[in-house]
Amino acid sequence: MKKNEVSSNPVNGLWKFFASVKLTVMLLLTLAVTSVIGTVIPQNENPAAYIHEYGEFLYRMFSLLNIFDMYHSWWFQFLIFSLTVNIVVCSIERLSSTWKTVFTKNPSFDIVRFRNSFKDEFPDNHTPKELKSAFLPVVSRSFRYTKIEETEKGFVIFAEKGRWTRLGVYAVHLSVILLLLGGLIGSFFGFDGSVNIPEGEGVKSIILRNTGKEQPLDFEIKCVDFSVSFYESGAPKEYLSKLVILEKGKPVIKKDIIVNDPLRYRGINIFQSSYGTVRPEKVELNFTNRETGMIYRKNAAIGEEIDIPEARGKFVIKEYTSSFNFRGHNLGEAFLGILTPPNGDPAELVIPLKYPSFDKMRKDDLIISVESSEQRYYTGLQVTKDPGVPVVYTGFILMILGCFVAFFMSHQKICVEVVKKGGKSRVMVAGITNKNKMGMQARTQRMSKLLSEKAGILKG
Amino acid sequence: MNIMNSSNLLSITTFIYGLAAFFYIFSFVFKKPFSGRLGTWTALAGIAGNIAGITLRWVESYRLGIGHAPLSNLYESLVFFSLVIVVIYLVIERSYANRIIGAFTTPLAFLAMAYASLSPNISDRIQPLVPALKSNWLIAHVISCFIGYAAFAIAFGLSIMLLFKQKDEKNKNLFLKAFPDLKILDELSHQMIMFGFLFLSAGIITGAVWANSAWGRYWGWDPKETWSLITWFIYATLLHARFTRGWQGKRLAYLSIIGFSAVLFTYFGVNLLPGLHSYGQ
Repeated sequence: MKKNEVSSNPVNGLWKFFASVKLTVMLLLTLAVTSVIGTVIPQNENPAAYIHEYGEFLYRMFSLLNIFDMYHSWWFQFLIFSLTVNIVVCSIERLSSTWKTVFTKNPSFDIVRFRNSFKDEFPDNHTPKELKSAFLPVVSRSFRYTKIEETEKGFVIFAEKGRWTRLGVYAVHLSVILLLLGGLIGSFFGFDGSVNIPEGEGVKSIILRNTGKEQPLDFEIKCVDFSVSFYESGAPKEYLSKLVILEKGKPVIKKDIIVNDPLRYRGINIFQSSYGTVRPEKVELNFTNRETGMIYRKNAAIGEEIDIPEARGKFVIKEYTSSFNFRGHNLGEAFLGILTPPNGDPAELVIPLKYPSFDKMRKDDLIISVESSEQRYYTGLQVTKDPGVPVVYTGFILMILGCFVAFFMSHQKICVEVVKKGGKSRVMVAGITNKNKMGMQARTQRMSKLLSEKAGILKG
Repeated sequence: MNIMNSSNLLSITTFIYGLAAFFYIFSFVFKKPFSGRLGTWTALAGIAGNIAGITLRWVESYRLGIGHAPLSNLYESLVFFSLVIVVIYLVIERSYANRIIGAFTTPLAFLAMAYASLSPNISDRIQPLVPALKSNWLIAHVISCFIGYAAFAIAFGLSIMLLFKQKDEKNKNLFLKAFPDLKILDELSHQMIMFGFLFLSAGIITGAVWANSAWGRYWGWDPKETWSLITWFIYATLLHARFTRGWQGKRLAYLSIIGFSAVLFTYFGVNLLPGLHSYGQ
């Protein structure tokens, strides 16, 4: 009654607005429909790609509504926030009465409600007195709480179980709040970035994914070794990085990480995510004379000019690429260099590592190829910190348990009324429940059958 | 022994499911209880073939030296999906003693299997697992999701039945007469949706835990993730409409059909969009 008196109060009005399940249904449907947008329009791409796809006008409209990062937009966050408030308010509204029902010392039973619900009746030749001692153990075997009341013409047994299951739905709601809270904690106090570390080297900072800024770490991550293995089909089988964590230059932890098995240290998780090759420092080159077959071997380094044998000029390696594209074919790793003949113009040339005869195409007397180069990988690591994860995982567990209780367990009450009729008795078995009424009917019938069987084997 | 590989066994299973669906439909249309009983036995044979096929495929993957549970791509998930549909249906048939539901649910299992076996876009080859898929969470994730999807598929079949049944208010139509009561259809599809919702939630959760152990992010708004959430929103709406606003019958049946369309899109449609789940093709 108190509520109506102060309903003009704006806070109260707002409370009422958020206490409605109609709002829940509206919000859930709106979230469902708007979420589709971000799956159809690719998210977080560069503006040029969007302008090309949608044109200038639509691009501006979409940008205004944050469509290109819609799951983090103000309006989507607002919908989620509203849903949260809605859940909290609805739960508080209903919890107080549920709480009283669940934590009462003396459960109340209303015989009239039982009489009006599903019931099963049968006559019996015994007197209520004889039946009482026979029925009570049968009922209390399957119900946690039993109480017996004497009536004018006989007795009534009330029994119930699963009172606490009424809290299941609140567990589900709490779990949703925990998920959102965990997400919030993560976005405020966590980070998500990546770093590439060449074998044998270490880093003390990473690059953040969203902003591209550098994030310093309190420790050093060193990659001792990286290896990759392949299936026969050529598909990757396993990436493995041998990592060491160093604190003030001293190793504190060692671990080999693979995809799905990260290293966790001081709240920071280090994941295997990609790999690549770093440019080799030292290269061994072969110069083969086409006519004589003579092979000269020379060491070189990137950027270092060397003399070509037989006084044929100078050669310098300018660049290294991990994948060289030649007429639509990927030739893999290659060096790009410049050859300067003694009397002629400098010419650019390509020396792929895997194709030693590639340089033959130049039709020169000397064919340049790579004999060996220092092959070195770098490991691509994803480095994240998310202190919200324990909260989110608690929410996960609570959601599963809560859903199970809310959907498949119920508060069941049963009533067995025995009335004297002449020298005989009339037995009524009735059951009520807060959900799955059909299941309760079956259980009531089963109880009725149990009781009539029990009465049947009574002596007298 | 070479001829009886898992793919052949599963093709035969497809045929058996087709036969079971035919018996159920025949029994329904021509009111022949015998054909219905035949349907039950055929469906049981189908389950046996289905389980044998999955097991054999598992063994074969170990023989190839790339051993993994047969739950790693679209073909394998469809095979598992069909199995769960038929198992759940037979449980319902046993508890409600009504075989007409079979005419509306076993065809879904047949269609899923036929699609897996016959579609040129779906490879039935046993492929090695790429590093990201090597996780026990993968198994938990796929099993939960497809139990959920199968329950929603059956709820879909029941909702279709309900929409037919409610048109015939006076219970005059000869075909619809044999349908279970509206109340039972409504309650049963509700049970299926609750069951499906529990497993869908578990599927999303195990997926999130897996993503967190593989990439350090439990949620990334990848299209497949988002679509599973959309599906979750739709069924959550349905449950609230029923629990607290007392919606029943026709309106809920429409929502259940919309929900199942979202399931189908999450399952098949999303593969057309880019994202992490592209290996599910």
